Amino acid sequence: MLRMTGITKNFPGVRALDGVDFRLLPGEVHALMGENGAGKSTLIKVLTGVHTADSGSVRLDGAPVVIGSPKQAQAAGISTVYQEVNLCSNLTVAENVFIGREPYRFGRIQWKEARRRAAELLERFQLDIDPGAPLGSYSLAVRQLVAIVRAVDISAKVLVLDEPTSSLDRDEVERLFRLMRRLRDDGVAVLFVSHFLDQVFEISDRMTVLRNGRLVGEYETRALSRVELVGHMTGRVLRTLEELHAPREDVRDAIASREPVLAARGLGRKGGVAPFDLDVHPGEVVGFAGLLGSGRTEAARLLFGADGADSGTLEIGGAAAVLRTPGAAIGRGIAFCPEDRKSEGLVEDLTVGENIVLALQAARGWLRPLSASRRAELVGKYIKALNIRPGDPEMPARNLSGGNQQKVLLARWLITQPRLLILDEPTRGVDVGAKAEIQKLVVSLAGDGMGVVFISAELEEVLRISHKIEVLRDREVIAEIANEADATPERLLEIIANGVAR
Amino acid sequence: MRELTRHRLFWPAAILVVMLLANLIFTPTFFRIELKNGHLYGSLIDILLYGAPLILIALGMTMVIATGGIDLSVGATVAISGALACSIIAEQADQEAVGGVLTAVGLALGLSLVLGFWNGLLVARTGIQPIIATLILMVAGRGVAQLITDGQIITINSDPYELIGGGYLFGFPFAVLVVVVVFAATAVLIRRTALGLLLEAVGGNAEASRLVGIRARRLLVLAYVFCAFCAGIAGLMISSNIRAADGNNAGLWIELDAILAVVIGGTSLMGGRFSLAGTVLGALIIQTLSTTIYTTGVPPQITLVFKAVVVTVVCLIQSPAFRAKAFHRSRPSTPAPSEAEVPA
Ligand SMILES: Nc1ncnc2c1ncn2[C@@H]1O[C@H](COP(=O)(O)OP(=O)(O)OP(=O)(O)O)[C@@H](O)[C@H]1O
Ligand SMILES: [Mg+2]
Repeated sequence: MLRMTGITKNFPGVRALDGVDFRLLPGEVHALMGENGAGKSTLIKVLTGVHTADSGSVRLDGAPVVIGSPKQAQAAGISTVYQEVNLCSNLTVAENVFIGREPYRFGRIQWKEARRRAAELLERFQLDIDPGAPLGSYSLAVRQLVAIVRAVDISAKVLVLDEPTSSLDRDEVERLFRLMRRLRDDGVAVLFVSHFLDQVFEISDRMTVLRNGRLVGEYETRALSRVELVGHMTGRVLRTLEELHAPREDVRDAIASREPVLAARGLGRKGGVAPFDLDVHPGEVVGFAGLLGSGRTEAARLLFGADGADSGTLEIGGAAAVLRTPGAAIGRGIAFCPEDRKSEGLVEDLTVGENIVLALQAARGWLRPLSASRRAELVGKYIKALNIRPGDPEMPARNLSGGNQQKVLLARWLITQPRLLILDEPTRGVDVGAKAEIQKLVVSLAGDGMGVVFISAELEEVLRISHKIEVLRDREVIAEIANEADATPERLLEIIANGVAR
Repeated sequence: MRELTRHRLFWPAAILVVMLLANLIFTPTFFRIELKNGHLYGSLIDILLYGAPLILIALGMTMVIATGGIDLSVGATVAISGALACSIIAEQADQEAVGGVLTAVGLALGLSLVLGFWNGLLVARTGIQPIIATLILMVAGRGVAQLITDGQIITINSDPYELIGGGYLFGFPFAVLVVVVVFAATAVLIRRTALGLLLEAVGGNAEASRLVGIRARRLLVLAYVFCAFCAGIAGLMISSNIRAADGNNAGLWIELDAILAVVIGGTSLMGGRFSLAGTVLGALIIQTLSTTIYTTGVPPQITLVFKAVVVTVVCLIQSPAFRAKAFHRSRPSTPAPSEAEVPA
């Protein structure tokens, strides 16, 4: 159905794609795989007309096409959800779904009609979203779902989804997969990018692997094993995927006997999260588990003063603290890596190096700049430690691939050497290898005495590294469980569904 | 060569050079600089001298625009600063007294700082959009200037005061030296401290900046105060140059020229990355254009249209999207995001 041949794309100083061939068959789900920065998003952007390839050709249904703009791509039947959700948060959900293709009658936009049709669509998706509400009032995950709804509704021949599942949890992913299968059976070609190997093996029929902008190969999913796939992606032969083991019981007890670095009592905010208690001890990793919209992020933001709490008290390092601004929290040694890296994390205009030192510099104030040599040293150290690629500190952060941007944000906070590190979806969009690296890093930071709050939609990940887990549902902390042998994703889901007798 | 054209100052610099060369065609003596009684004279010196107030204001405007804001009140501040200085001097028994002039200058600049502080507070504390917040002072400021001068044009006769906008020091126009000092001090302040980085962060992504603990409010206030300070100095220069304070016309529309200079210099109105050197080039381009119109005798009826056309062309050349369209293979039906500004 779609065939791209010899696609090459250069950015200043980087060859993002180098003679890549790619084909997409009708009625298949095709996974595009590769490490962070391999060129997946770039290939998609070439396909959808965001970037123009330096060389190479595209054929659609056998006929050569030139796709010069996203609009032309849409007209050609290619509908896309990009990696970074780019909808307008000040418009309503319905407006976002229909923007650019509003229903007209007598030359006027029929907003009522649009709202009705949007409601229908959301209904079909079983999404409990008000089409009249501004999109900005919903979480990142909901926004991602709206972007998907929008893309799916543009009944297209080719549907492109660049990491659509990165902030969704199981149910939504399942729902999305059902929909993808239905579209596939209708003959639509679905192109899918994800760093979740489970998902890729579950949904895809075939996959194409890229490495450093080059094509590694095209494979039948059935005929490929997980280890082989990772081998193709990284170019190294891995014996087994390294596993971290849940912390042992005696270690947990030792940690819990320390003076807590943070103690919250009845902390809450109306419309955010119901009052909850929480202790985080030095060296402890506390996981937050819950579904979409369960209040994980809201709880974390209270701990950091990103939102003001309207009830409860907070003690940090044994001293009572009222956090009215993030600055107050940072001054007390707390760091917070938000989930929405585009709008709340990265300053895309600034370079990688500037982004990395930003939090430290803000804490020092403008009158005490880091010396150039100190800055180069720190930035160099963390680029290396987190394997940020390309490792050029002068590169604008905007030009980094999604996963590498995430690592930049992580570096920004590690550099401040906080006592308590709050990570909201730190491995979102990060490739398998780097994800394991980040998990190991978190464990080792905790080993050195840092307290960590770790939020992830991926329950396995939470279980792998945390000492104890706060379970949230409907904006309420419903249980705190120690990470013992019987703590499994299934059990967590059960607690989330049914609650638990403490 | 490609490296060169990609440098962010390449296009403003190229445009300025082309404009200056164009003048050479009409005025063969355009590049001549003479030394008369120890003072430098020439068209180039004139451009610097008459461009000095605009450069200053554009520098201040750059800071404000970097934060994602805008300051429409600089023209009013020019008028107020000049009006206050002149009215104080006019009331003195001896207008030539250096002490009196210094007092007048000090008070005028002090008032400018207060005006900037007011703008900064409105923007940072109340969250009023900068364009509206500064519109208040833009409108009210003219009235304040009128009050100070009692609705009259105050003329003065004070040699020390005239030094500021019309005098010479070490052979150079004093105003140009002031600009050099302010520019150098600003550059040091911005790039040797972390101020530049933090301003760019706030302008680039306000929410992210809040979450890394940057105290954006202080920075905002600082930017508006600095901008008003620059406008205050410019007001002194302008009134000193014409030896009079005109509350109605001093600095009229200069805010638009300043904004234009900043944009031509490559700083985006969206905020974030800014370039002081680019702004200076932008201001010089605008001043050169004015001088050119004046010296080549473009008929007065069409000067505004002529200026608008040139400014449009300059902005188009500055826009990467336009260059890509015009100079490389055309990409049909791409809605090119034009960064061109509608000229004043
Ligand atoms: N606009 C740009 N300017 C310069 N370099 C860019 C630009 N966009 C992408 N790159 C570079 O191209 C390479 C490929 O990036 P791409 O975004 O396609 O990676 P990806 O495979 O999608 O990675 P991820 O899994 O992290 O999203 C990276 O090295 C990236 O830094
Ligand atoms: Mg990507």
